[in-house]
Amino acid sequence: MRIIKAGIQDSVQDRGRYGYQHLGVNPSGAMDQYAMQLANALLGNETDEAVIELHFPASVILFTQPALIALAGADLSPSINGEPVPLYQCIVVNKNDALQFHRPLSGARAYLAVHGGFSMERWLESKSTNLKAGAGGYRGRSLQKGDEIELNSKKDYSSLLPGKNFRILPWTIDHAADTGPREIFVLPGNEWDRLTAEAKRQFTTTPFLITKLADRMGYRLGNEPLAMLPGGELISSAVNFGTIQLLPDGKLIILMADHQTAGGYPRVAHVITAHHSRLAQKRSGEALYFRLTDQARAEELLQKQQQHVRQLQHACLLKLQQYV
Amino acid sequence: MKEPPLSYHIFPLGDSALTVDFGNRMDEAINRQVIARFHQLRHQQLPGLVEVVPAFSSLAVYYDPVFIRKWVKEGQTAFDYVSTLLLELLRTETGIQEEQSRLVRIPVCYDPSLAPDLEEMAQAKELSAEQLTTLHTGRIYRVYMLGFLPGFAYMGEVDEQLMTPRKQQPHPVRPGSVGIAGRQTGIYPFASPGGWNIIGRTPVQLFNRNRALPTLLQAGDRVQFYAIDKYEFAHY
Repeated sequence: MRIIKAGIQDSVQDRGRYGYQHLGVNPSGAMDQYAMQLANALLGNETDEAVIELHFPASVILFTQPALIALAGADLSPSINGEPVPLYQCIVVNKNDALQFHRPLSGARAYLAVHGGFSMERWLESKSTNLKAGAGGYRGRSLQKGDEIELNSKKDYSSLLPGKNFRILPWTIDHAADTGPREIFVLPGNEWDRLTAEAKRQFTTTPFLITKLADRMGYRLGNEPLAMLPGGELISSAVNFGTIQLLPDGKLIILMADHQTAGGYPRVAHVITAHHSRLAQKRSGEALYFRLTDQARAEELLQKQQQHVRQLQHACLLKLQQYV
Repeated sequence: MKEPPLSYHIFPLGDSALTVDFGNRMDEAINRQVIARFHQLRHQQLPGLVEVVPAFSSLAVYYDPVFIRKWVKEGQTAFDYVSTLLLELLRTETGIQEEQSRLVRIPVCYDPSLAPDLEEMAQAKELSAEQLTTLHTGRIYRVYMLGFLPGFAYMGEVDEQLMTPRKQQPHPVRPGSVGIAGRQTGIYPFASPGGWNIIGRTPVQLFNRNRALPTLLQAGDRVQFYAIDKYEFAHY
């Protein structure tokens, strides 16, 4: 497939590059791992197969051969040859079909997966694009006009096409696995108790607006400064996706997929992994509501989410067997 | 060399990692044990462990909580399981006799044209540029950890006369720039905004994505800088 118009920052991402943070190589990976897994599950792929992460305005993509694809994550009102197409369904596209995205209706990042995955070399065991190192993914950078991305699958999908038009396969999946409150669950960080009682109350009861400084590295929040009890300076140590740090000015930053490997700011909390998906789909100007939870609940929610993905993957594989 | 066991405490770093903290300070003896434990853990390849990341005085252990929950007891969390495992492990010897420490010599050009903060720093310290260079090249530094950027090594400690606080505002920094912040010295592998005081530049590539080990330096290495002139820099 070919990029015929570049988006603002679309890149190839997978589960992330782990095992190299001790060299300062940040993990990268899809911001919304859950949406990436669902897009792959629909196609019966391994759930951590590389996908293309799209932001609005997104790339326009031309398929240079018939292919089986799926979209997940943000609804950026996708169309093929101008006809609207759904998220969370398999679509057989024909040669010369053009996929584009018109309006950001909900969420921040959409994911495009193809049956069998994209063909590209792994760098340090991952296909994720590391923009800082200029390595991994497609030439170590975000996608640009003229880029040609090879697909792994050598299957001929043209037999699935009734005519010249693309075809939407007739099943979808339950992608809203957890229907609970849309709060962001967090675990207390090691410096949680450095917040004053009033700051703790503020943290758990007031909305936190995402500022314009929100990207794959992190989200800066535009909160009223949080007060801290006096405490010694922290020496740099490793951080994690979802770590919420308190900056010297009392504002918060949430570390996202392209976070630095280490940091020295107080870690007041960590967003639970099961809610990274919610967080990744929030845009600048939206509000976050934090709610404290505990380790057991965080792990259970993640386990449930992954079980759900696995079940969908099996169900989709069975459905797909009638076609490919 | 055998070192006395250090006290430490373990705390969660979210739901997929934990930190073993040995004391929140820049201390060579602590860092030596951190690196030894890092090698020990990497060597053991415990199931469910994703990776281990050493810092100045702590070790972060990343794990797959869903994978680990397959065998934890009722009422136990993956965090409980991994921290118990680590507590047991930390009671054992590392099995690493001596730190395998490489000495890496790195050429640096201290010409003011490549060192935007050199003259101001020298003035503030009432040193000549040559004295400053001599102080910086006169020591062997330890690489305490890598972080911030791929291949960025935090090294220390610099001579007391060279200690300079980080700048208030980050400035654009060129790749290869050698800087000082507090008691530390470091090299920027890539162009980046940065707050370190830049006193020179190296022509050596700190990060090469085409190598199996892409970084020139690793935690535990020893580094000595030596001065080169502009001509040598340009023709390196």
